[in-house]
Amino acid sequence: MSFSDIAGNRGERDHDLPEHELRERLTRTWATKAGIWGALTTVDHKVIGRRYIITAFVFLFLAGVLAIIMRAQLARPDNRLLTPELYNQLFTMHGTTMMFLFAVPVMEAFAVYLVPLMVGTRNIAFPRLNAFSYYVYLLGGIMIWVAFALNLAPDVGWFAYAPLTETTYSPSKGVDFWAQMITFTEVAALAVSAEIIVTVFKQRAPGMTLDRIPLFVWAQLVTAFMVIFAMPAVMVSSSMLIMDRLIGTHFFTPEQGGDALLWQHLFWFFGHPEVYIIFMPATGMVSEIVTTFSRRPAFGYMLLVLALLSIGFLSFGLWVHHMFVTGLPQLGASFFTASSMLIAVPNGIQIFCWIATLWGGKPEFKTPLLYIIGFVIVFVVGGLTGVMVASVPLDTQVHDSYFVVAHFHYVLIGGAVFPLLGATYYWFPKFSGRMLSERLGQWQFALTFIGFNLTFFPMHILGLAGMPRRIYTYPGASGWGGLNMLASIGALLLFAGFALLLWNIISSLRHGRPAPDNPWDAPTLEWATSSPPPPHNFDRIPVVESRYPLWAARDALPVVSGLAVDTRELVLSTVTEAHPDVLDTSPLDTIWPLLAAIATGIGFVASIFTPWAVLWGAALVGIFLIGWFWPKGTPEDEI
Amino acid sequence: MKTRVVGDLSGLDKHGSGARLVTWWGTIGFMSLEGMGFVLGAGSFLYLGWHTPTWAAGAPPQEVIWPTVFTAILVLSLIPNYAIMKRAQAQDNGTVRALLVLMSVIGVLAVGVRGYEFTQLNIGWYTNAYGSLLWVLLGLHTTHLLTDLADTIVLTALFFTRHCPTRRFSDADENAMYWNFVVIAWLPFYVLLYWVPRLGGG
Amino acid sequence: MRSRGAWGVIRAAVAGVLTAPLAACGLPAALAPQTPQGEAVAGLIWGFTALCTLIWVLVLAGLAVALWRRRLAPADPLALDMPAERRMGTVVAVLIALTGLIVIALTVLSFAAQRELFGPARDALTIDIVGHQWWWQVVYNSTDPSQTISTANEIHIPVGRPVTLKLTSADVIHSFWVPSLMGKADLIPGRHNELTFTARKAGIYDGSCAEFCGLQHAHMGIRVVAETASDFAAWRQAQLQPAAAPATPSAQQGQAVFQGSACAFCHTVSGTSAGGQAGPDLTHLASRSTLAAGTLPFGRGQLAAWISDPQGIKTGAQMPDLHLAPEQLNALLDYLMGLK
Repeated sequence: MSFSDIAGNRGERDHDLPEHELRERLTRTWATKAGIWGALTTVDHKVIGRRYIITAFVFLFLAGVLAIIMRAQLARPDNRLLTPELYNQLFTMHGTTMMFLFAVPVMEAFAVYLVPLMVGTRNIAFPRLNAFSYYVYLLGGIMIWVAFALNLAPDVGWFAYAPLTETTYSPSKGVDFWAQMITFTEVAALAVSAEIIVTVFKQRAPGMTLDRIPLFVWAQLVTAFMVIFAMPAVMVSSSMLIMDRLIGTHFFTPEQGGDALLWQHLFWFFGHPEVYIIFMPATGMVSEIVTTFSRRPAFGYMLLVLALLSIGFLSFGLWVHHMFVTGLPQLGASFFTASSMLIAVPNGIQIFCWIATLWGGKPEFKTPLLYIIGFVIVFVVGGLTGVMVASVPLDTQVHDSYFVVAHFHYVLIGGAVFPLLGATYYWFPKFSGRMLSERLGQWQFALTFIGFNLTFFPMHILGLAGMPRRIYTYPGASGWGGLNMLASIGALLLFAGFALLLWNIISSLRHGRPAPDNPWDAPTLEWATSSPPPPHNFDRIPVVESRYPLWAARDALPVVSGLAVDTRELVLSTVTEAHPDVLDTSPLDTIWPLLAAIATGIGFVASIFTPWAVLWGAALVGIFLIGWFWPKGTPEDEI
Repeated sequence: MKTRVVGDLSGLDKHGSGARLVTWWGTIGFMSLEGMGFVLGAGSFLYLGWHTPTWAAGAPPQEVIWPTVFTAILVLSLIPNYAIMKRAQAQDNGTVRALLVLMSVIGVLAVGVRGYEFTQLNIGWYTNAYGSLLWVLLGLHTTHLLTDLADTIVLTALFFTRHCPTRRFSDADENAMYWNFVVIAWLPFYVLLYWVPRLGGG
Repeated sequence: MRSRGAWGVIRAAVAGVLTAPLAACGLPAALAPQTPQGEAVAGLIWGFTALCTLIWVLVLAGLAVALWRRRLAPADPLALDMPAERRMGTVVAVLIALTGLIVIALTVLSFAAQRELFGPARDALTIDIVGHQWWWQVVYNSTDPSQTISTANEIHIPVGRPVTLKLTSADVIHSFWVPSLMGKADLIPGRHNELTFTARKAGIYDGSCAEFCGLQHAHMGIRVVAETASDFAAWRQAQLQPAAAPATPSAQQGQAVFQGSACAFCHTVSGTSAGGQAGPDLTHLASRSTLAAGTLPFGRGQLAAWISDPQGIKTGAQMPDLHLAPEQLNALLDYLMGLK
């Protein structure tokens, strides 16, 4: 029996099917099976994407709780609420969780859910790899939090500077768990990036030329490329660290020819692009929300795309500005001052284009737009303090102080979390089929905006007053008590804001107004299908004739026919022009990604205790991968 | 929302090769990120060597005979590898099958020589940072070698069993492309690990 | 409109945040520096802050007008008013050019300050600082070993003369930061960094370790005492003396306790057999004004507390609890308080 025989038997195409029957049969072909087996084997990007989003938000809440506990400790001078041991674990877990288990994954999660819909295809490229990446991410997160619960948490900060992380100074297993958590989340991130790039390159709807790609998709595409070139650096460095610790190599020990700064170079070569890996998808969200709620095309689409590309490039030339006080040659440091300041230009371009879009449109003050307004107010502060820390002399005062803590929270919360909250309100109807409450949304915005500024603005002053970051307590004589108390009160308000979001989500899922296909009259393809979308996303693949297809085709959306209804089939198109080129199959549900992820997880965790686990772990994973790729004789056989 | 059908895609090809396929782009993606890992590894080697000129203190340069044999095997393997790509595009089942067997044998041979190379290193990974990097960079490349060898052997097995005829050729093509990467990525390391320390007057 | 309540609260909060700095008394240390180097940076901070605030206000003004200006609702989102688009294009182009110019100006300002900050110093007093978990070893080196001073956690410097700190670490990375003097520099094992500054005014300037260095990073204070040239010379002369001999029987007994217990394994008291190197040099302990790297002010009571319960006061510090009997402790205190 050959492939063509099966295809021939099941080769019915969608030409003459009436609409309801077409939808029913496509649903049968693409749906995730009911029950636990279906849940574990699904490769639907929407199901995986939803899990990714929920998991990332769970980690956000966990890391937020840690922040509240830390603020309680710092509310008063000489406070003895927490031991130094616990405090150091808390800020390490807070930073690690926020960066590696929340911020990067949540942006990927939105990409996994939305990119296939926005480019008009039926599933993400390499859907099994996608399922695998989610399980690996989940296991990495569970591992580090279980370690935390067992009092084996790392306590060396989220950037884990050597040689503090060497066994001499950190004998507990915490650092090993930290390093392996990095490996878990990087494997997941790299996999998702490959999927996003290929989905955008090869699976765009017919007619979606490069200059018709939605800005959110552009942002995710550039981000995916950044992940591919940045994340290997942290995998290299965390692998070196764990080898130093477990098998006695000497990468970071100066006595044997290693160098403490090698860690910093490698880590920040990843770490600075990382900030933009978090921020860029958020700018994509801003572009979509601003466009929709201004009710006009984005001003300067080409400029915005060029800004994304130049930020992508420039972000790789900034890493040394994290190392201005390590005693690097002055000339080299000056170069990085210039490059760090230069990145303000493309960021400025984005801000100007968004304001121009609002200026030229008719803004509708719905909750998503409120968050974008909050984003501009807060992020511009963070961007400007970023210009300040880019200056070598200025940085010598504020580096590693609370000024920097204030700066990066303005950038990351202002620049990424506010747009993310806006995006949550914007796309929730598509994800769930329910509208979130606007009234609660506005109150939540007020709480988070006030809480945020109350928490982090005073930290600028604390930093200039000499308060270093990562201290578990400070003396009363320092005079820092008042501003710290203010910050702690703000943190409670901020947390209350997030609690209100949780309440809004729960109550809206139960009693929320049912969402129509396109509740905001938005212009991009994800709003062309039902809310939530069917398993196959689109009954027929849309044809794109405009950058804003749903505004261009008010009465009826142009679509193509001719796809199989009983096998999972999708359209591959050419990279630049998006001419339909090949009808390819998309993989069936399978348990192998889960098994392979578990094998990978066992290998990673075991290698903390014995280096031999690398060998047998690899063999184990290899066996599962062969199982994964071995042909099953179905037409959808593939990755 | 309401739709209107403006075209029919049922006549499109049901299979393609090379850059028309998602797997080709996926392979390129993974080669890029692994290539980045190689670049950073080499960068670390040069950085530490430059920053601490005495880092290899006491370690004479490595013997170059076996690494050179290994390199020669890899470079020569590009010939049958190129033939696989050509014959796969021509969908020549018999020749591809035979060449895959040959490539599996070459792969096993290369891994054998590499294994011997490890035993000939005159420094431990635990001795100093130079030793650490030497072992780890060699290990990193060996991982890629083993991965592609395993892939080649599994693919060869599939060519003798039931792998669907339309996919097998693009799989063979992409596997050969990855082998090119494994070979080309090695060449700078051959120079870096075995010849650069000699130039340094060691 | 329902959202008005939320907006009102936001406005009040913004006002609150903006006035909060006024509640904090006085200028933050980095903005009230006592050295030319610190002043260069403070000037830069003020300049950047002023310019950045102006930019922020202008951006928000633009945003506010964009949001609330009166306009007609467009019938079709895709029907753009092309002349208006072109006008916006011109404005955006001008703004981008301005951004570029501002960035260049700030870079030039930064370079200028950098040259001032890291310029060469003539006739500098050189002090070696070695970071330890969690204290600072301070050595005034001299080609003549008898002229070398070893102390800890407190640096005395003369006013008006450039001082160069040579920084390195014995274990992990630390960072030397006294904000009212100048910016910080890291102490990195296997590397040497320098900080050069000139104190303008006599005074006591406190700082701390700025790079996270483990469990007690929070308790790694450093104190810089700037004094007139003659005071400094006197201090230096006093530090060059060997330790004061115990004057009372109790103090003599205390010295015996010191040398007979674990104390002498880690601490040096010059002129005696105590020559440990792991902890701070105690030759002139009683001349210093803090204990345990700024954890406690110096005094007999605090010293008693520190010796009897070091792990309660600074958990994880290398200093062990010696379980001394009360009379031993008392004698030891008599001895240590005499180490002027």
